[in-house]
Amino acid sequence: MLTFTIRRLLLSIPTLLFISLVIFLLLQLAPGDPMAQVPLTVPPEVKQKMREALGLGAPIYVQYWKWLVQFFWIEPQVFIDYLTNRSTLFGWLPDTNFYKDELRVISWQTRSPVMDIVVQRMPQTLWVVGLSYIVGIVIAIPIGIYSAYKHYSIFDQSGTFITMIGFSIPPFFTGPLLIVIFSVQLGWLPSIYDTTHVVTDWESFKVQFYQMVMPVMVLALQTTAQISRYMRGAMLDNLNQDYVRTARAKGLREASVVMVHVLRNSMIPVVTVIALGMPAIFGGAIITENVFKVNGIGQLLLTALFANDLPMVMTLTFIFAILIVLFNLIADVLYGLLDPRIRYD
Amino acid sequence: MTEQATPASPVEADIEIFGALTDKEPQKPPRSQWKDVWDQFRKHKGAVFGGGFLIFITLAVLLGPYLWTVEPTKLDIRNKDWRPIYTLLWESDAKAGWAHPFGSDQLGRDILAQMIAGGRVSMAVGWLAMALALIIGTAIGVAAGYFKKLDFWLMRFTDLVLSLPILPLVLLAVTLFRQPLNSRFGPEGGMFILIVSVIGLTSWMQTARIVRGDVLALKEREFILAARSIGTTSGAIIRRHLLPNVISPIMVSATLGLATAIITESALSFLGVGFPSDYPTWGKLLADAVQRMQDYPERVLLPGIAISLTVLSVNYLGDGLRDALDPRIRGR
Repeated sequence: MLTFTIRRLLLSIPTLLFISLVIFLLLQLAPGDPMAQVPLTVPPEVKQKMREALGLGAPIYVQYWKWLVQFFWIEPQVFIDYLTNRSTLFGWLPDTNFYKDELRVISWQTRSPVMDIVVQRMPQTLWVVGLSYIVGIVIAIPIGIYSAYKHYSIFDQSGTFITMIGFSIPPFFTGPLLIVIFSVQLGWLPSIYDTTHVVTDWESFKVQFYQMVMPVMVLALQTTAQISRYMRGAMLDNLNQDYVRTARAKGLREASVVMVHVLRNSMIPVVTVIALGMPAIFGGAIITENVFKVNGIGQLLLTALFANDLPMVMTLTFIFAILIVLFNLIADVLYGLLDPRIRYD
Repeated sequence: MTEQATPASPVEADIEIFGALTDKEPQKPPRSQWKDVWDQFRKHKGAVFGGGFLIFITLAVLLGPYLWTVEPTKLDIRNKDWRPIYTLLWESDAKAGWAHPFGSDQLGRDILAQMIAGGRVSMAVGWLAMALALIIGTAIGVAAGYFKKLDFWLMRFTDLVLSLPILPLVLLAVTLFRQPLNSRFGPEGGMFILIVSVIGLTSWMQTARIVRGDVLALKEREFILAARSIGTTSGAIIRRHLLPNVISPIMVSATLGLATAIITESALSFLGVGFPSDYPTWGKLLADAVQRMQDYPERVLLPGIAISLTVLSVNYLGDGLRDALDPRIRGR
């Protein structure tokens, strides 16, 4: 298992390099000009100099190599410095000071390092996405278990119908729909997510809770629909197995047959589906963040795209790619760890 | 059975045995596979409704412009902001009437006509992108499954594409390549080609994997060996023997592909990177209406319901097809 994990980790390096190359070439082929926003009164030779200052004069492979060095060598140095200098978790370690003022990945919009902005935006996305995923899983698993246990019952039929609806309604429709119902008609919840809000006491916590309900529920609906379908299918596969009959025959209580024996075996595929769905939910967050005006990384990607901010777009898309590769790896390793029948070696 | 009376003569015994072998009722005529599939499909109520609704909505957007002849882009500023006809039920002095059954928007364009025109574009994008993804996926799947030399590299390539971040890349491609294609094919045509190809090129991977798995299993069967032993070429084996046998997984992934293509196109339009503003699609209508949804919620609801119902019916159709085409489930 360890050799498999190491092999997969090593294999993910060329994968990530290939993906970064694809994104980079796509951006190179694009006709957008970062000087498009500069006033027309600026003379062309000055514009040319500005372009070169952004590193655009160099050949493509030099630009690509510089980006690789900046992303994989300089940014980690900054991160380690941050960890040992200021973070509470590793602050006790001696200061490292790896970073010696080399050029980092700089955003063309703000002229500040891209990773700094990403770090600012990350908590909003993580809160909304992470919480919605947990809420979705917590709702989905009991629904899946019960509708498989009562196969073809009314609960099962309506559960399948509702999950099918949740599966089919896109988040850019559920979002406005919830806003119309709960913000406009009923006036219970705010329609815009205020990220400057700071939780200090019970009252401000309630405000934070209210503004998180709708974005979290919109994302959670998708998760719930998907995972409860998988959970139901996995439970149905296992409930007819011989070991279940054996467990019942030796007189185990029904609760322990279903909730221990069957559930543990059914969780194997579901856990991997949960891990595999993680990057998709980040992608879905792009739309949800746009609907509820959450200024997370999805919204950052959209504004960077419209402003032709190529380093920012490149870095953000690559972060999404890292998430996908990482969670694919986690899913594979988990599958091997949980299911002793799987042999990778 | 052992106590049977012995018959008088051997001839009578023969008749008796023969009589026991013949069936009393006439045998059923042989049934084709597709009739079994249809019978199983009909049992799945959701799938029948889904298929029916999909046919209905396709016919509605195809024939709609001939029945409802109002121009979707015609501005009529005097008759702007009509409410849909059903508001008359609870508000008798509302600005509504049969001239605009679904109401009109802030520039006086008829919403029913826009929904029909938008549905045409959305469905066309969905069907074409799905067809493109199926062609690519089937070609790669069959090639990888049939030719051992290609298998490793094609499947590694599929894995690589699967780990690309699809929605950010689609957003990227659509924003960046909008201008060159627009200047060549016009703003609508360029965007149409771009969206169809981008969605098609990023959603073939599941089909390829499923088809490869099936082809790998089929390739070892006797009928392929027989075909090869009479000198059938690889191309003919693929066309005559392999493709007809992998048609069912392809059909199931086609339904899934149609649903994702419609949703992706609407999502792109919603995020503001889709078709130009006077070219209606369902996603575009929804996105434009979000600004005014406090006063006119129906303009969000109508296209949203159209998208959701279409996707829902396609998903149910896929569910039913999967059950009907799976021989293990069909007997039950």
